[in-house]
Parts: sequence; C-alpha cells; structure tokens
Amino acid sequence: MVDTSVSLSGLVLDNPIIPASGTFGYGYEYAELYDINCLGSFSFKGTTREARFGNPTPRIAECPAGMINSVGLQNPGVEKVISEELPKLKECFSKKVIANVGGFSLDEYAETCQILDSQEQVGLLEVNISCPNVHNGGMSFGTDPKMAAEVTKRVKAVTTKPVYIKLSPNVTDIVEIAKACEDAGADGISMINTLLGMRIDLKTKKPIIANKMGGFSGSAILPVALRMVYQVYDAVKIPIIGMGGISTAKDVIEMMLAGATAVQIGAANLVNPFVCKEIIEKLPEEMAKYNLNSLSEIIGGAH
Amino acid sequence: MKQEIFVIKSQEKIAKDVFKMVLSGNTDDITASGQFVNIKLDGFYLRRPISVCDYDKNELTLIYKTVGEGTAAMSGYENGTELDILTGLGNGYDTSLSGEKPLLLGGGVGVPPLYNLCKKLVAEGKKPTVILGFNGADDVFYENEFKALGADVYVTTVDGSYGIKGFVTDAMSDIDYSFFYTCGPEPMLKAIYKVSKTSGQLSFEERMGCGFGACMGCSCKTKYANKRICKDGPVLIKEEIIW
Repeated sequence: MVDTSVSLSGLVLDNPIIPASGTFGYGYEYAELYDINCLGSFSFKGTTREARFGNPTPRIAECPAGMINSVGLQNPGVEKVISEELPKLKECFSKKVIANVGGFSLDEYAETCQILDSQEQVGLLEVNISCPNVHNGGMSFGTDPKMAAEVTKRVKAVTTKPVYIKLSPNVTDIVEIAKACEDAGADGISMINTLLGMRIDLKTKKPIIANKMGGFSGSAILPVALRMVYQVYDAVKIPIIGMGGISTAKDVIEMMLAGATAVQIGAANLVNPFVCKEIIEKLPEEMAKYNLNSLSEIIGGAH
Repeated sequence: MKQEIFVIKSQEKIAKDVFKMVLSGNTDDITASGQFVNIKLDGFYLRRPISVCDYDKNELTLIYKTVGEGTAAMSGYENGTELDILTGLGNGYDTSLSGEKPLLLGGGVGVPPLYNLCKKLVAEGKKPTVILGFNGADDVFYENEFKALGADVYVTTVDGSYGIKGFVTDAMSDIDYSFFYTCGPEPMLKAIYKVSKTSGQLSFEERMGCGFGACMGCSCKTKYANKRICKDGPVLIKEEIIW
C-alpha cells in the first residue's frame, strides 16, 4: 500500500491533489459529477472584500496546449462567500478548503483574510498577489519583493491559519520574491500563477481577449512552472504548492521531485472535469512504476 | 451534465460551411431544447460548444458552421469516429412560456436549436410560426424540415437571393404571436428585442472555457444577477437582458 499523504504546515492531506483557484468555482459544479471528497483539498474561487463582476468578455482564448483567461477575479465578495457559498460547499466537501484571497490594497488583503480567519472550514489562506487580470493590485504586489513582504506581514498579523503567498511568474527573479515572503513570515508559497499572454484574431486583426491580455495556462506552461519551483525550493525552507500545466499523475510526481509538497490542477479541470479524480486514482499505479512508497519522501528529490 | 462517448453515424454538408452531424450515444442528460454539448477534439485544447439541433434517446443531431480550425477539423471526421462529449449543458428554452402561437426566429447557425424546440411545441399542440434568416441562398438550410413539423415557415435573406429580402425582423411585423424564441447573432437578437411585442427567450453565444459553470469565462450582467452564459444561460428571458 503506497502512502500519498502530505502535510502543508500541519494541514494533512490524503493526497497532494488540489484543484486550483478559479477553475473549480466553489466546488459544487464538480460535486454534481463525482464525490469531491477524494481531493486532497481545493482552493476556492479568488475572493475579494467586495463583489466583483470582473473584466468584459471575451475573456477566453484558446492556445496551442493551453488557454488564456482574463476573468478578472469575478466573485460575490467575502461576506456572501461565507454566508452562501461555504455552507453549500460544506454539504459536498467535508475536508478543509484553501481560501484564495485577492485584493487591491494592503488593507483589503488584511480585512478579507481577517474575515476568513473565523471560518472553521478554511484550513489555509492562499493570498493571490499575482493576478495578471486586474489593474492597481493583483500582480503589482507580486512583482515587487517589498510589497510582497508587506502583504505577507499584514495578513500574518490578522490570522492564525497558515498563510501561503501565490506568486507570479511574470517577474525577472521569482526566487527573490519567494525569499521576501518567507522572511516576512509566510508559511508557504503557491506557484505559479498564469503567464501574461495574448492572441490576435486574424479576421478582425484585434486581440481576441476584450482586455487585450490575459493569463496563459495549460500543459504548455509545465516546464516553466517546474523550473521555477525547482529554483525556489533551493532558496526557501517553507513548503511549496506547485502548479502550472499539470494534467497527469506523472506531472504530479515530476512537480514534487522539483520541490512541491502538494500540487494544484488548474486549466485541465476545464477540459476534463474528471481530471483530478482520475489523477488521484492513477497515482498509486504511477508510484509503483517508479518504485515510490511514499509521496512525501520524494519532495525535492530532483535536487 | 454527463461525459459520454458518442460515435459519428453520418455527416453531410447542408449549406455553405454548414455541416449536419448525427451521432449515436447516451443523450439522457439532455432535458430541454436549446441546450448544448461540448466536444473534445484531438489536437485542440478547449472543447467546442455546439447547440443541440435534435435528439432522441440514443441519437444526437448537431448542425455547426466551420468558423475556425477546430470545426474545420471536425467536418473532416469519418463515420465511426468516437468523440468525448459533455452533454446536457445550459438551461435551454422553456416551452411552458409559449402560449398558443409562439414565434421562432433563427439566424444562420442560430437556426438548429429551434428545430427540436419547434418539434416539442408542435407535440404540445401549439401553432408555431418560424422565421429563418440567412445571408444568401447558399446559406439556407432546414426550411423543409421545419415545414415537415407542421410550422408556418418564412425564410429571409439579407441579399434577397432567396425568400423575403431583409432580416428576420422584416418578416415579423404581420405575424400575430403569443411569445418568441430566438437564437442567432447578437445584432439580430438586439433588433428582435427592440421590435418584439411580447416577452420572449433569447439564446446567447460567448467564448467559453469550460462550458459547465466553473471558470466564469462567459459571464454577463443581467438585471437580476451576474449570469454564466454556459450554465445559467445560454437562454435568457427578454425582461432580464441588459445590452
């Protein structure tokens, strides 16, 4: 019997598979399809202090081996998430969830995290300082080590839950930012968010995405994500949740060898809504193939 | 929603760039006219959402236009090809709103979902009138199929090369109707919205990520709430629409 369990700052997961924020809503679309309790955990839709509609449509463009989205943190706001979404989620998911938090100011990040701190369902806070689709916030906090550290400190001050900072790959040196977060007290790092990208429609000769650019994700970005997780693992002691282009059990093992303690699956859910369940079922077989008895023992094994 | 494997039984070109594909497979999750399916194609990352033209227990009919590389590839698939399809997506039309004399207005590849709707309305004893709008004579399809269901059918073409010259709205004025159902390009929906004398249901199109409500890629604002075209739509009621 193989052991697929891993631990994120004390939060023990049966397996390292976590659907990524923004690709799994608040869970119940998928709960119609399968029992989502098989998941290690899941990171719910990026939540902000106030409700947001997000960006104009079109928000989606296809790419070779991936897609671009520019949703722009559409969500009902943290209070409605707590009063409406979390109770519904509780009916289909009995494990702890990861609360993904977006923001436009230090105060907003802190306030939203403080509100979520009281939620027993929330096992961990994932602070998104890397959304490429919102202006004056989002990614601007994630591209400057000082700002990243500042967000980390403010959030840590208002919660007792583990705080993971979600980093942007759209930077010159992601290692520097990861270290700044660790020094500021982050319990872990989530990486990577989407890569800024665009597509142009040859018929209209204009960008397909209404917002012109968006976040590129999907299988194509796996090598970039692996490289960055590998680099950050060398530089920090805190755990890493690795994501970017994962769509198979093999990709999961590869990401863990690079240094991830757990992984998130994003765009792949949108194409194959059963992909997380299929990966979880396939993991033991894939582990056996490579003579692995325990997943937690292979974290960072490629170093 | 269900994920099912369908097998292509036949495929034929029925108008300029327009193909009719008949597939066999489990259609249990399709519960209303105007719903759509989302098809995985080899070599393309995202699925292709296509409205359901008609269905019975084990058969699915789709009519689609080759608008890009994905649909072009699909049009070349041989009979016997297996396709991974998510079925029963979206809300679809509500026939209980129709009244005695519903009016169905389809534009181009917005015509197909009205076929099964028309069939259901006739079966319910209603007397539907159908207006099918196309650009030109080369684009016209399904006029006879709608007539065979027993509906009064008018065809309009923008260039006047077939039927009534003009848009579907040009054929609407003399018709007495109790409710309308429509699907087509957004300018057409907007024109119908403006001139229509009754309530109606309008089916919208948007670029989608997942097609089942998870990614928020196809959101729109309505008077009552933010809606996802794929899950809370594609059919919206006239009174809730914000243009």
